[in-house]
Amino acid sequence: MLTKRIIPCLDMTEGKVVKGIQFVNFRDAGDPVVLAKKYDEQGADELVFLDITASIENRNILLDVVNRTAKEVTIPFTVGGGIRTKKDMQQVLRAGADKVGVNTGAFKKPKLIIECAQTFGNQCVVLSLDAKLVGNKWNVIINGGKTDTGMSAIDWAKEAVRLGAGEILLTSIDTDGMKQGFNIDLTKSVSKAVNVPIIASGGAGKLKDFKDIFLKGKADAALAASVFHFGELTIQQVKEYLMVNNIPVRL
Amino acid sequence: MIAIIDYKINNLDSVKNALDKLGIPAVVTSNKTEIQNATALILPGVGAAGEGMKNLKKNKLDRVIIEEVKKGKPILGICLGMQLLMEKSEEGNADCLGLIAGKVKKFNSGMKVPQIGWNEVKISNSKFSVFDEISDKSLFYFVHSYFCVPKDKELTVGITEYGSKYCSIFTKDNIVGVQFHPEKSGKVGFQVLKNFYKFYNNYAN
Repeated sequence: MLTKRIIPCLDMTEGKVVKGIQFVNFRDAGDPVVLAKKYDEQGADELVFLDITASIENRNILLDVVNRTAKEVTIPFTVGGGIRTKKDMQQVLRAGADKVGVNTGAFKKPKLIIECAQTFGNQCVVLSLDAKLVGNKWNVIINGGKTDTGMSAIDWAKEAVRLGAGEILLTSIDTDGMKQGFNIDLTKSVSKAVNVPIIASGGAGKLKDFKDIFLKGKADAALAASVFHFGELTIQQVKEYLMVNNIPVRL
Repeated sequence: MIAIIDYKINNLDSVKNALDKLGIPAVVTSNKTEIQNATALILPGVGAAGEGMKNLKKNKLDRVIIEEVKKGKPILGICLGMQLLMEKSEEGNADCLGLIAGKVKKFNSGMKVPQIGWNEVKISNSKFSVFDEISDKSLFYFVHSYFCVPKDKELTVGITEYGSKYCSIFTKDNIVGVQFHPEKSGKVGFQVLKNFYKFYNNYAN
């Protein structure tokens, strides 16, 4: 049986891991390659690196981190942040990433998803979707949480999958960094709307949050940052808890 | 020396990185002579079958691989590389290398596609040396939308379930195909690579 994945996320800026709350107030959380290796040893199923500044000057620093990580870890990892062209994606893959997250670049130019999926395969293209509740619907927010596109997150998820995205990394801005649980309603709605795996992100705080996002939120994977970076929970602990609750995991 | 065949698809280095860590000599190459001189081949791969075959054909690597394998050189096909060993793929209706009779089909069991994540491999032929020191139902990392259906059912030595059961490892003489990514499956995956190394050394002697 396919197991549910636990994925630590490393938000990076200038080659360092940071973690914020609702996309602001960032705290330094250490060296990405050291952390990546630690999480691999602790039983993480995958890793995600997000370059949150994603400036052109930072691109080489990011590629260097990707390259060094690829030599150290024995599990797959996704890299996202500032991917705007097929060439950007190729560079990151060549540096050793297994999958690439596209967000603002794909929203502005949906053809990017088609091009990348055709060349690298759907499984390489992860739609990174940041959603926020606006009025009574979830909107797609781009530019690192800054710009409300007005478009429904569910519609964009469907469209991106139709274009060739093979997986969705779904972040709820409302719950991000709050440690009050994942956004179950949002995750469930998107998971039901599309036929690709969903990685739920934003809000992990306690063990039960992980159980809820799999059972109630219908997520295929759960991503968390602060609880792991700051040692509040270990991956092992989360997995043992899920196992006891009859959720299949790799232990 | 293992030749990891470079056919301009992404992330070839992950196999190389894994072999480096294990101290198994390997080179990433698209050079015909290097492939001919290698003691074994690895055909890695993520991506689309049509694109993969097109790239292999562009450098006439398809012919070299077929010749070498028919001469008895051991080959390990990984993920798309396993699928390309078959005759035909539903993906882009691509003609593949035809080293294993049968075709490649898409998951259509109402499951999420691609299958992404760690899944069990049930060993159906434990005599096969690629399973040395690997326990039954070990978890490996899979990322795929298509799977191999070898005509000869005896070739299937590893079975995985996703909606329904499918062949996740096959072997025929000097040919081994694995649908998962051993280079991305932690310790147990590395063991598969070590076993392949032993397998081809025994084969060579």
